[in-house]
Amino acid sequence: MTELLLSLVSVSFFVQVLRITMPYALAAMGGVVSERAGVVNIALEGILLMGAFGAAVGAYDSGGSVVVAVGYGLATGVGTAGLYALAVVTFQADQIVSGVAINMLAYGITPYLLKVFYNSSSNSPPIQGFGGDLFRNPMFWGVLGLVVVVQVVVTRTRWGLRVRAIGDHPEAAHTLGVSVNAIRWQAVLASGVLAGLGGVWLALSGSSFVAGMSAGRGYIALAAVIMGSWRPVWACAASLLFGFAEAVENNLQTYDLGIPNELIQAFPYVLTMVALAGFIGRSRAPGHLGRPFSAR
Amino acid sequence: MRREAVTIGIALLVAALAGSLLIAYVGKSPLEVYGLLLRSTWGTSYGFGQVLFKSTPLILTGLSVAVAFKVGLFNIGAEGQLAAGSFVTALCGAALPAALPGPLTVALCVLAGMLAGAALAGLAGVLKTRYGAHEVINTIMLNFIASSVILWAGNAHFFVRYTTHTTAIPDSATLSHLGFTGSAANTSLLLALGLAGAVAYFFNRTRRGFEWRAVGHNPRAAQNAGVRIGGVVIGAMAMSGALSGAVGANYVLGYKGYYESGIGSGVGVMGIAVALLGRNHPAGIVAAALLLGTLSHGGLAVAEQVPKEIVQILQAIIILAVACASAYRARRARLAGAPA
Repeated sequence: MTELLLSLVSVSFFVQVLRITMPYALAAMGGVVSERAGVVNIALEGILLMGAFGAAVGAYDSGGSVVVAVGYGLATGVGTAGLYALAVVTFQADQIVSGVAINMLAYGITPYLLKVFYNSSSNSPPIQGFGGDLFRNPMFWGVLGLVVVVQVVVTRTRWGLRVRAIGDHPEAAHTLGVSVNAIRWQAVLASGVLAGLGGVWLALSGSSFVAGMSAGRGYIALAAVIMGSWRPVWACAASLLFGFAEAVENNLQTYDLGIPNELIQAFPYVLTMVALAGFIGRSRAPGHLGRPFSAR
Repeated sequence: MRREAVTIGIALLVAALAGSLLIAYVGKSPLEVYGLLLRSTWGTSYGFGQVLFKSTPLILTGLSVAVAFKVGLFNIGAEGQLAAGSFVTALCGAALPAALPGPLTVALCVLAGMLAGAALAGLAGVLKTRYGAHEVINTIMLNFIASSVILWAGNAHFFVRYTTHTTAIPDSATLSHLGFTGSAANTSLLLALGLAGAVAYFFNRTRRGFEWRAVGHNPRAAQNAGVRIGGVVIGAMAMSGALSGAVGANYVLGYKGYYESGIGSGVGVMGIAVALLGRNHPAGIVAAALLLGTLSHGGLAVAEQVPKEIVQILQAIIILAVACASAYRARRARLAGAPA
């Protein structure tokens, strides 16, 4: 017990929390951007998974180049987000149904392509991921910068104002000449960039792509969006909480405290439910979240 | 009605075309693969029996998702509810004395499974009414939690040593097979069809069913008319969960005779496709379940030619295409001034 508690205040534990938080924070920021524009983004889970898959293929093809991995991961993540935008913005299909379908597609197509590319539907061949030292990893600093950028873009720029306007009151924005569906497309693609990067991180912080490796992180990121009241920095702070929960879960499995491992694994999911029940009344959703817009 | 048929026809066509691309991508002939899929399902007596066997749980999860849809809720947790239901059904079967009359044992086991499913989904309903927490995230979280808890309970108490399955239920609790040259189709199909009829009766012929539909169409109007929304939300989630929980009848009582880790996985998510394709109508759901049951068994038959995940991909494309096509056509109809 004391051993466990000591391990929770060590520097290495702090680093571990940061490392685990990255995909949550990136996906949550993607969720903020898309939901602020009025588009619920259940598809974050699928975008994460596709981003991770793309990154693994890129890393394998290039023999371990992080740049190529990021490029591939962005392409698959943004591509998935594009398909989602086509369904919910252009065709105005139901956002939850389409999001679930996108996730199903990602969960189906990744093992399909794994089997075709590498003749195994459960994981990719080993890839070279990030090195050990988090603070020497340029992508880590890049993501920290991105948090600032997303916060500034959403709250301080003309585009951000438009995004917030079409999420809260699309008719008013439309009357003022803002093209609601064009901005929604851009916002969903931007969420594809962010969640896609989250997937890249997920793949490169391990040593291969594993089928289903997003493991519900996209949904948990949505909970972080709600906890952070749809504000980028606060959503990242909430992600930190889920990163902490997952790190504790890992450590509990290492130090045997007599709690069965199967139950420890449920910890982040239980925390998500508790957090949702506790925070939801205090945060206000964008006014037209989840409702399609058509000019006529 | 005709418009719905056209919508679904378009969606299936899109899915078939996308599937062809994926099949051609691995260097196989789409026509050949689709042909094999059809011959191995509707072409033989055994194949047809297996289609019925695979369709039975899909009718139940399809109904489950549809009941929630009708009230304006999304139950994405059928996966966890059917796992919990099957687990409890198996435990109940193993715990009841073998001397009890068969029909009574079966009824108790199925009811226990339905209660377990109802409790799990009902919890999401309570969190929704009490705290406003969205049922989509909560039902998904409950899927993960249910599988962890079942694995723990099984490993710690109920699984036969060195296995991931429970002890077998007595013969008296086993459902009889429907024939079809040794296929696994069993009488739980009748249960599923009966429940489909019951759901149709409830929504179309009872006062409470009318109230539930009213909540689905316009919650505020329903509330002003005196319907207690909170109660309806919890009730609908519980009913939805109970339908998923009944899946254990097919897998546990009708096929395996015990609960095994991972039993029926994927069937819960497929229920969403079934409900969408069946337009939330019980008769439509039975038809959609047959279609996806065909895909599901046919997918096994073509697994040598293309990776078996093709089935999951086709389903996802069907859902997307139905969702897009029906929204698009509804908007066209609205713009043309016709009732949507």
